[in-house]
Amino acid sequence: MSILSKSRICPETGLFFDDQAEKLIKWNAVTGVVFLLVGGLFGVLMALTRWTEVHILPADWFYLLLTAHGLDALIVWIIFFEMAVLYLASSTLLKVRLAAPKWAWLGYWLMLIGAVITNVMVLEGDSSVMFTSYPPMKAHPLFYLGIIVFAVGALIGTFCFFGTLVLAKEQKTYEGSLPLVTFGALTAAIIAVFTIASGAIILVPTLLWSLGYIAHIDPLMYKTIWWAMGHSSQQINVSAHVSVWYLIAAIVFGAKPLSEKVSRMAFLFYIFFLQLASAHHLLVEPGLSSEWKIFNTSYAMYLAVLGSMIHGLTVPGSIEAAQRKKGFNKGLFEWLRRAPWGNPVFSGMFMSLVMFGFLGGITGVIMGTEQINIIMHNTLYVPGHFHATVVAGTTLTFMAVSYFLVPVLFRRELWLPGLAKWQTYIYAIGVAGISVFMMAAGTLGVSRRHWDNNFADATLGFDYPAAAHMFLALNGISGLMAGLGGASFCIIMVGTILWGKKKSDVPASAPAPAPEPAVHQAGSAGTIAVPGTFVLALIFLGTFILYYYVNWKYLAEVWHLS
Amino acid sequence: MTSQDNNTPDGEHEHIPFFQRMMDNPFLLLFIGVVMPTVFYILWGVMEIATIPIATY
Ligand code: HEM
Ligand SMILES: [Cu+2]
Repeated sequence: MSILSKSRICPETGLFFDDQAEKLIKWNAVTGVVFLLVGGLFGVLMALTRWTEVHILPADWFYLLLTAHGLDALIVWIIFFEMAVLYLASSTLLKVRLAAPKWAWLGYWLMLIGAVITNVMVLEGDSSVMFTSYPPMKAHPLFYLGIIVFAVGALIGTFCFFGTLVLAKEQKTYEGSLPLVTFGALTAAIIAVFTIASGAIILVPTLLWSLGYIAHIDPLMYKTIWWAMGHSSQQINVSAHVSVWYLIAAIVFGAKPLSEKVSRMAFLFYIFFLQLASAHHLLVEPGLSSEWKIFNTSYAMYLAVLGSMIHGLTVPGSIEAAQRKKGFNKGLFEWLRRAPWGNPVFSGMFMSLVMFGFLGGITGVIMGTEQINIIMHNTLYVPGHFHATVVAGTTLTFMAVSYFLVPVLFRRELWLPGLAKWQTYIYAIGVAGISVFMMAAGTLGVSRRHWDNNFADATLGFDYPAAAHMFLALNGISGLMAGLGGASFCIIMVGTILWGKKKSDVPASAPAPAPEPAVHQAGSAGTIAVPGTFVLALIFLGTFILYYYVNWKYLAEVWHLS
Repeated sequence: MTSQDNNTPDGEHEHIPFFQRMMDNPFLLLFIGVVMPTVFYILWGVMEIATIPIATY
């Protein structure tokens, strides 16, 4: 086979770009951003609808856009961007051409066609089944077909990633073990294979059911297997955004992980255990035993959580180590104070790390506890929690790395750099708001996926406490702010690509060295004390323990046990 | 024959510990990453659901 592969070395960063891989990274990332814009807009409309006094959409549009929002934001945006991350972590970081680029393009087009088909079906109005599409709610057959086509495309892309690893090994473009960022991407790819397989197992029969070939889909069976996909796909996100945290730490600070071995072990915990936590979506289902629930969500999930806590410790730890080596040694926190807070690549990543841990991580463990789950199941607490993981965690991280990648890939300077400085903060505050306020409303019992806050239509009247409506209003205001931040991001990205000042291809001086060896090789920072990170970790643990017990107390009150 | 020091060449090949070999083999990791949830989550869960007795009216 003789595919002549062209490649270039980026004059500024020293990164290697195979021609085809570079094009694929660009197209996947940009397509993702378009869907983020659409999905985010729908999110704002829903937040305004759930604001009792504003209540902007009629009921049918609320459920329609809720379906579209879940699909476009959670699935289409993130998975397109993840394809870009996989190609970057394989081809670019291992300095090898992409294996089977034609297949990767086929994957891209299938994903795009599938996403468009499903969107059209939802927007036509007869598939408002929400992205979980639980039977007996039935969507148009093309709704399921679109998702299946999208998933096949993503699977092809994932195999191109594996192929590229094999190619790099054959051509010996790296020594010893895979670099950590690539290992993290491998974790994401492994989880993706299981995710997509589970999706096929359940969505193909559901498609046949919607076509009339199968009479009955058992709802519990559906939920169980669907969540093997639905939950695992979130774990692709976690693995991918944690890898990007390591990448950003390496790019911005030249930081190396404190201990490669420990970080790798943490990814290994993900591979072994993270997917089992899918059971936390079924904690209140009768019909599944407590043994199954508790094994999968407690014993196994805690090991996966341990993995996340290790990453949450070693990423800031590696930054602290790198900063201290540069002489920022005063007190506990000079390294953090003197970090480049005006650089959106760093500020976005660091805020994402903090919010993912404090808002998303802690609440996730709480909801994953079988006994406590019952007090928040199907309340707004759930979307509150996952906007902290998947928006503050994954989306904000991907935004942050885009500020690095898009100028490098398109050879343009950032458009509106002044706005870019602020964008991550506006978005982060907005997202922190929607997470916290949805959780607050959920704690007061407000349902998720429910248009009618006042129960005007209900035969038996019911009122939420007044405070709940206040939290819903604050959620609406935060939603506007997140919308503003999200729109600014899309404008900056599109503007950079179209109107950003072209960078000359000839470097002014010698090319800057690649962020070597931090991203290209395995290896640790060596022993260095990181007391600041240690204090942060203690604060985290303290918060965790406190909030955990608050929830048991709360459970005792709900059940009137004394 | 077990070599006591991992860094000394063991015959012709360098002795690489099992754990390291596992970590360096993407396809073995893929296998484990798919089998674990398939067994503990899907198969176990589906078996429990399948053994729920059908309701009689
Ligand atoms: C401007 C930013 C956003 C706002 C204001 C927003 C707001 C909302 C609101 C109000 C809901 C409905 C809650 C309910 O009534 O059940 C929701 C649901 C949801 N959001 Fe967002 N969101 C935003 C961004 C995102 C992003 C970026 C993602 C994914 C990466 C995401 C994923 C989801 C998912 C999966 C649901 C659940 C849909 C369902 O229950 O079927 N959101 N969002
Ligand atoms: Cu989950």
